[in-house]
Amino acid sequence: MSLSFQKRPALVAYVTCGDPDLATTRAIVLAAVEAGAHIIELGVPFSDPVADGPVIQRASERALRHGTSLEQVLKLGKEVRSKSQAGLIIFSYLNPILRLGLTKFSAALEDAGINGALITDLPVEEAGDYVREMRKRRLDTVFLAAPTSPDERLKQIAKASTGFVYAVSRTGVTGARKQLPEDTRDLVRRVRRHTKLPIAVGFGISSAEQFAAVGEFAEAAVVGSAIVETIERNPGKEPEAVAQFVRQLLAGTSQLSAKQGQR
Amino acid sequence: MATATIPRGKKDSTRTPGRFGVYGGRYVPETLVSALEELERAYEKAKRDRKFQARLDELLRSYAGRPTPLFFARRLTEKLGGAKIYLKREDLLHTGAHKINNCLGQALLAERMGKRRIIAETGAGQHGVATATVCALFGFECVVYMGTEDMRRQELNVFRMRLLGAEVRGVESGSRTLKDAINEAMRDWVTNVRTTHYLLGSVLGAHPYPTMVRDFQIVIGREARAQILNAEGRLPTAIIACVGGGSNSIGIFHHFIKDKRVKLIGARRLSRSAAGNVFLRSARRCRSDRQYALSFRRAGLSLDRSRARLAQRFGQSRVRPRIRRRSPGRLHPAGSHRRHHSGPRIRTRHSRGR
Repeated sequence: MSLSFQKRPALVAYVTCGDPDLATTRAIVLAAVEAGAHIIELGVPFSDPVADGPVIQRASERALRHGTSLEQVLKLGKEVRSKSQAGLIIFSYLNPILRLGLTKFSAALEDAGINGALITDLPVEEAGDYVREMRKRRLDTVFLAAPTSPDERLKQIAKASTGFVYAVSRTGVTGARKQLPEDTRDLVRRVRRHTKLPIAVGFGISSAEQFAAVGEFAEAAVVGSAIVETIERNPGKEPEAVAQFVRQLLAGTSQLSAKQGQR
Repeated sequence: MATATIPRGKKDSTRTPGRFGVYGGRYVPETLVSALEELERAYEKAKRDRKFQARLDELLRSYAGRPTPLFFARRLTEKLGGAKIYLKREDLLHTGAHKINNCLGQALLAERMGKRRIIAETGAGQHGVATATVCALFGFECVVYMGTEDMRRQELNVFRMRLLGAEVRGVESGSRTLKDAINEAMRDWVTNVRTTHYLLGSVLGAHPYPTMVRDFQIVIGREARAQILNAEGRLPTAIIACVGGGSNSIGIFHHFIKDKRVKLIGARRLSRSAAGNVFLRSARRCRSDRQYALSFRRAGLSLDRSRARLAQRFGQSRVRPRIRRRSPGRLHPAGSHRRHHSGPRIRTRHSRGR
């Protein structure tokens, strides 16, 4: 099964698994899919999340406090898959995956029916073994493209990616921002020169307006910190709150996507 | 000195650049990769540039105070009655530690790359002070990240950094120590990468940092080698260096790695949890009070803490009878004096860590 980008923009929703606990994460994921999220990034909590801003740092700390592990996240993915056909991507730092072992990791992904993975701190140069393992099992490898990546690197990133390419909207860590920087559009244009894959834009997208704006030049938008913050602010009714937030995000684009869908 | 400060050629002990066996490499978010590549290029170019070498040599000599003496510690040698002990006095450098060697080198590189904002992490504050000092020398903006727990412990160094014009930013996340300061510095770097150089102080992180920091520190070993040959006409039997971030130890070891007969010994503090585990492992195997007392020594733990840990792990019933400290430096299992049994010698540790 492959990742689907039939709507434009598709919503890629990120959650930190195990925050507040794994059972709630499962309910949140299913609620988000029900509300219209197309792809879910299952975030593996990590002790040193250098690419993440304060919201996801706090969520990771909470999830780690009761010992959430990569194995548990994979199990969670399998449970979600038994109930939903949405795209599932593991979003992790390399360390937990390295500890589990690349072979075991890819086998577990296949077994769970998870589509692929995105590893934040694994640039393409270091990704040889990982990409080989993932290809053997036809799993997607999503790589990040940054505004600071020169064209030569974008070419390598596009070549190593399957499923989609994740364009980082700005230099910096994850977290909501009021405005999308000007060079995001430029980065997407540069990535597109090297690939026919769909492009998802992420980092800093938190409102329906931004979400719709991304839809003008990219196939998908990733929303992370804003969802994690919604979870943080609504203890006891997390799934409902996330579902409502997702519907809000998508509300402004339903007409647009209907038009785009006919192309 | 006629010798170049950092190795000029491409020759490296590692086969692939930036790889040390299974270690090394470059595992960072994509946004930083091009900055690391830029740094690597600048460094490779600089080390082949005679002007760069000459400027660094001059700064090390006139500003930092190189070469540092190799001092024969006569009284310590007599007291311990074993090896002849020499001290390589890196503590005599400006700011009081070897850290300045690396800071000067990287500041020169930052200047070449046109980056006038410097960020750094610090634990005890030594690297932060050296960075702040070098930034004052070069007229760079300087931001130092430091865990709030470390800031509390090392108040004086925080004061020194601020006095030198650096901004010290407290890090509240995680354990509020060095590791979290590094994470926060990385986040700053990801955000301001186009204008900022991250002046890392240890032989860790992504390539080219470990290689580059080592190269800026091996001046220690080069001097020490010439000095010991001059003083003794031979190489030392062993070199002992403390290991924290590793820059001091690799700095002195590097020029002796090929001398198989020189023993290279790194000394590091056992973390509290590691010490606890060593203790638990050895304490469980104890068949006698004597062995039990020895297990404290192996773990370097205080008696009370060891007993508390053991009780916590295995229940009070497993904790052996109280052992009394009879005189400083000796431990006796309770009642053992009646059996004319003197306990093992245990060297007390008066202080641990810095």
